[in-house]
Amino acid sequence: MELAQKIAVPLAAMVLFLMAWEGLVWVNGWPNYKMAAPSDLPPAFWKFRWLFLEMGWQTLWRTVLGLGLAVIFGTMIGMVMGFSRIARDGLYPLLVGFNAIPKATLVPVISLIFIGQHDFNTVLMAFLISFFPIAVSVGIGLSTLEPEYRDILRSLGASRLTIFRKIALPKTLPEFFGALKVSVTLAFIGTNLVEIVSPHGRGLGALFKSGETNGDYPLMFAVLIALAVLGIVLYYGVLVLERIFAGWAERPQS
Amino acid sequence: MANLIEIKNVSHAYRTKAGPLPVLDGLEIAVPEGEFAAVVGPSGCGKSTLTRLVAGLMKPDSGEVWLHGERVTTPRKTVGMAFQNPVLLEWRSILDNVILPLEIVAPRMGQKDRVARAMQLLEMVGLAGFEGKRPSQLSGGMRQRASLCRAIVHKPDVLIMDEPFGALDNFTREDLWQTMRDLRAAEPFTCVLITHDLRESVFLGDQVIVLSGRPARTQHVLTVDLPADRTLDVLYEPKAQDMLHLLRDQIRIAQGRDGAEGAH
Repeated sequence: MELAQKIAVPLAAMVLFLMAWEGLVWVNGWPNYKMAAPSDLPPAFWKFRWLFLEMGWQTLWRTVLGLGLAVIFGTMIGMVMGFSRIARDGLYPLLVGFNAIPKATLVPVISLIFIGQHDFNTVLMAFLISFFPIAVSVGIGLSTLEPEYRDILRSLGASRLTIFRKIALPKTLPEFFGALKVSVTLAFIGTNLVEIVSPHGRGLGALFKSGETNGDYPLMFAVLIALAVLGIVLYYGVLVLERIFAGWAERPQS
Repeated sequence: MANLIEIKNVSHAYRTKAGPLPVLDGLEIAVPEGEFAAVVGPSGCGKSTLTRLVAGLMKPDSGEVWLHGERVTTPRKTVGMAFQNPVLLEWRSILDNVILPLEIVAPRMGQKDRVARAMQLLEMVGLAGFEGKRPSQLSGGMRQRASLCRAIVHKPDVLIMDEPFGALDNFTREDLWQTMRDLRAAEPFTCVLITHDLRESVFLGDQVIVLSGRPARTQHVLTVDLPADRTLDVLYEPKAQDMLHLLRDQIRIAQGRDGAEGAH
């Protein structure tokens, strides 16, 4: 019953949304180059089904790789900031400043430095845009660890590494996953940014661009939907990981 | 072996923006093996600093701390600690929380032996049946019981407790005093208990050490000559009442030495 409700409610909301969209286009009599209706989309998907699969895969692996690098690098920066006051004071303004730069402005810079390296550029952008929340959350999580937690192991002569592995790291996991949920969306944006802008690019962003070039408007809308679906898949992927590794942080349902 | 813990003429000051803040001033404490020393004193007089010194978590500016005839300069495996905050690890079950020190101190001990040892203690404190629960599923008193088990699971020579019962309600606290008494009877250890509760110090202590206001020095040492298997009723008898009065007076003197500290 509960499970049925969990599935039925979001499904019903989605159907309502599509109906409203279809109705809006129908009532206004918009042609599909102004706004495609949901009913225009299945033919577009079917026509380019292999392209969607191939490009979707391109976007997916580059996003995940970029995010993976962001996790490694962000965690390392966060650890340094969490353990050393000096590193924190030194790195924080740099990170905030870097994060403040709208990443779209970096696309031409990156494409000039690494000219023609489309895969590399895309992964790099996904990484650059998404490591900040992870670094900050890990840093804050580690630096706000109550001293008693450290003392129970330190008083037994445990090494810093042991304390980190047994206490600091697991205690930071809930914050880490909170940040990862933000980062996964950001990495996705980064990937598409490069895919859309790069000439002769690959991935869903490039497919979107080619739809625009060829005046195939239903294809552009179909790409938007595919992006949304991929975004949902990535987000829930993180959610599953969170359940597995930090499920203890969830309040028991009463 | 006379004294397991010896603190000789220890002075310490913290460096603050407003200059050095002396917290300990020529502190002298001696606890014979197997004895229970309760330390009382005004708020902010340096009692917690004392626990960190005995645990080897910090070094004093001057003076010496001795454990088992050895000078303490670094942390040692033979110490157990419990705090006011039970600091249980949320991602571990109660059982795994209790086992934690064994993972550090006895890495070669088999998992079966670890579980057996932890279960033995959990049964003693009345937590049998709760070993699979998460800390968040237990009440404050139960969490503190688990924290006590964790503090002594590796059979430390010295148990250091910093106001472990301070956040509990009165009745739960009295329950835990009795648990503490029973644990000591079952497995002897030397204990230093920091507390604000004079009744607690008399019920649990073999000696009660009164510290002066900051900077703390040993102001008075009261020997509690009550039977080891004392019950809560003992606290209401004249002998214990006299001790409580004496301690109360000593605290008043201690607060008087640092008027600002006694004000809050």
